[in-house]
Amino acid sequence: MSFPWAEAYKPKSGFTQWIDERLPLPRLVYGAIGAGYPVPRNLNYFWNFGVLAGVALTIQIVTGIVLAMHYAANAGIAFDSVEHIMRDVNSGWMLRYMHMNGASFFFIVVYIHMFRGLYYGSYKAPREMIWLLGVVIFLLMMATAFMGYVLPWGQMSFWGAQVITGFFSAIPIVGEPIRQLLLGGFAPDNAALNRFFSLHYLLPFVIAGVIILHIWALHIPGSNNPTGVDVKSESDTVPFHPYYTAKDGFGLGVFLIAFVIMAFFLPNFMGHPDNYIPANPLSTPAHIVPEWYFLPFYAILKSFTGNFLWIPAKLWGVLAMFGSILLLFFLPWLDKSPVRSAKYRPTYRTFFWVLVIDVIILGYLGQAHPSNWTVLASQICTAYYFAHFLIIVPILSRIETTLPMPNSITEAVLSGEADEAHPVGVSATNPAHPEPAKA
Amino acid sequence: MVRFFGIIVGLGFVSALIFSIIGSLPFEAAERTAVEDFHQKPRTLALASDGAFGKFDRKQLQRGLQVYNEVCSACHSLRLVSFRDIAALGYNEGQVKSFAAAHEVPSIDPDTGEPATRPGLPKDAFPSPYPNETAARAANNNALPPDLSLITKAREGGAPYVYSLLTGFRNPETYRNEKGEALPADSKPGTGLHFNPWFANLNLAMAPPLTSEGQVTYGPGNPKPTVDQMAKDVSAFLVWTAEPKLENRRAVGWGALGFLLIFTVLTYLSYRQIWADKKH
Repeated sequence: MSFPWAEAYKPKSGFTQWIDERLPLPRLVYGAIGAGYPVPRNLNYFWNFGVLAGVALTIQIVTGIVLAMHYAANAGIAFDSVEHIMRDVNSGWMLRYMHMNGASFFFIVVYIHMFRGLYYGSYKAPREMIWLLGVVIFLLMMATAFMGYVLPWGQMSFWGAQVITGFFSAIPIVGEPIRQLLLGGFAPDNAALNRFFSLHYLLPFVIAGVIILHIWALHIPGSNNPTGVDVKSESDTVPFHPYYTAKDGFGLGVFLIAFVIMAFFLPNFMGHPDNYIPANPLSTPAHIVPEWYFLPFYAILKSFTGNFLWIPAKLWGVLAMFGSILLLFFLPWLDKSPVRSAKYRPTYRTFFWVLVIDVIILGYLGQAHPSNWTVLASQICTAYYFAHFLIIVPILSRIETTLPMPNSITEAVLSGEADEAHPVGVSATNPAHPEPAKA
Repeated sequence: MVRFFGIIVGLGFVSALIFSIIGSLPFEAAERTAVEDFHQKPRTLALASDGAFGKFDRKQLQRGLQVYNEVCSACHSLRLVSFRDIAALGYNEGQVKSFAAAHEVPSIDPDTGEPATRPGLPKDAFPSPYPNETAARAANNNALPPDLSLITKAREGGAPYVYSLLTGFRNPETYRNEKGEALPADSKPGTGLHFNPWFANLNLAMAPPLTSEGQVTYGPGNPKPTVDQMAKDVSAFLVWTAEPKLENRRAVGWGALGFLLIFTVLTYLSYRQIWADKKH
C-alpha cells in the first residue's frame, strides 16, 4: 500500500528499535497518519470531515460510557435517572448535553463528509470499498442514534420507537412478528428499552470497527482530491504529518467551537420539547417527529399516499425510505463516468446541487404540519431524489461532455498562479516538474 | 446491468409517486379551524436569565417560589426539585430547614408501619398535592395537572409561554381576535373548561390561578404583586426548576470557548507556517 516514495519508518533509538522488532505499532502509526503516508497536496477543508467524524464518535463514546454509569435502563425510572444526571451528578448536565448535541454534530459532520464524497466522486473506482463501508457506518449510526433517542423515555422517545418499529409491520406476513421480536412485546416497554440500551452501548464499538476497515481501505489507493486526478508523482503529495495533522488540528478547533456554542448555550435547540414529558402510552403527541437528521427520510416515507401495483401505500413508503439509503450501495456502479470530480462535470454538478437543495427541502417537509401542498412538495422532491440517483446519474454518466482535466495535481495547483511566487526552481511556464525531486 | 435495474427501480418509485399525486387530485380546500384563527403566539417575556450572559435574578426566583408555594402547589407537583435545592436561590441552611419543615411529606409510622406523614427535611423532594394520578384527576374534573419541574423545557415557547398562559385567560363571549372575529359557538369552553387563546386547543381545565393583585404578599423591597408580576416571577422560577445548572453551564461554556479560541488561533498559525512553502 501507499506510494513508492513514502518515507519508511526508521527507529531512532535502541528502545524504539526494540519495540519495532516486537510490536511495530509506531511503524503502523507512522505509515497511517504520520510522515510515511503521502497525501495529495491540494485537499481542501472538505477533507477535514473524516477526522472530525472520528472525533465526534470519540466524544460520543467517552461521554456515553460515563452517562451509562448513572443511567438506569428501566421504563419506571429511566426518565428520572436522566434528570438525576442533569441535577445531581457532578457535571452530569455537561455530559448529557455534550452527548445529546454530539449526536447531532456527528450527523452534521458525516453529512458534509458524504457531500464531499458525492461532489468529488470519491465513491468511484478504485475507492468503491471505502464508500460501501461508509454506507454501512451510516446505517449503523442511524440505528444507534435512534436507539439512543429512545433511552430518556420521554414522549418522543416512546412514540418514535412506536412509529419506527411500526415500519416493519408494513412487510407482508413476517412484518408483525419482526416488530414484536424487535420490541420484545406488542408495544415499546421495559423489554424494548433494555435491549435498545444494550444495543446502543454495543453498536458504537461496531462502528469503530467498521471505521478501521474504512481507513484501511482508504490507505490502499490513498485519498481522492478536488481535481479527481490520480496522484502521479511525489510532487503531487505531501506527507500526512505535519501537513495534514496541522490542517486537521485547525479544522478541529473550528468544529469544537461550533460544538461548544450549541452544547453550552443552545443545548435544546435541536431537540423537541415533548421529550421532557415522561413517556405516556395513553397520550399521543399532537405531532410526532424524529430527530432532525432523519427528517428527509421521514418525508420520503410519508410521501407515498397511493396503493400502486397491489403494493399498499405504507409498504411503498417503507420500501422507499430504506431504498433511499440502500441505493447508495449501488452508486459506484450507477455512475460509470470516468471523471470523478464534479468540477469537470458541469451537467452533473447542476443536477447535484438540485439534489442538495432537494434533500434540504425534504428535511423541512419532514417536520412541517401536513397539508395538501407539503405532501405534493414532498412527492415531487422524493421523485427527484430517486430519479437523480437511479435515472439521471446512470444516463448522464454515458452522455455527458466533461471539461478538460489537468494532467496532474501539481499542474492544477500551480496553474493560474504564474504571477505569484513559485516554489524554488520552478518556472511558471513549465509546470510539469514544479519541484526538484527529493532525494 | 446495475444501471439497467437502477433505472427500472427508479421508474417504479417515480411511477408510484405520480400515481399518489394523481390520486390526491383535485385538492379539497382544508377548512380553517378555530385553533388556526384564535391561537396566539407567546408574548415576549424578558428575564434576567436570558441570553448568553444571563444570570438568575435571585430575588425574583424567591418571589416565584413563593407564588408556586402559595398558589400553584395546590394542584401541581414539583417532584424533581428537592428542598435542599432552594439554597441556590439565596436561602441559608436554617431557612431551607424551616421551609422544608413547613411541608408534610409522606412517610411510614415507625411504630405501626401504617402510611403517615412527617415534617419535610432538606433531602426530601417537594411533595405532590395528591397521593396518586387517580386522586389528582378526581379532584380536577378528570384533568391531570402536569408536574411543573420541567415545564419551561417541555412546552413549545418555554417561559414566555407559561407567562402568556397564566395571564391569558379571556372572556369567551367578548373576546375578539386580530381580525375582530368572535369565537365560534362550537369552540367555546365546555363545562369546567376555561378559554385561553395561548393554550394549544384554546380551552383548558385549569381555572385562572392568578386572579387579583396582592394574592401573594411580597416582602418589603419587592415590586407590587400584580397578576402580571406574579406570572413573570413564577415563570422565572420555573426556568430555574427546569435548568438549575444554567449559570454553571454558561460559565463553563465561556471558559471552553476562550480555551478553544486560543487553541484555534495557534493551530491556524502553525498550519500557515507548515504550509508556507507549499502551493496548494
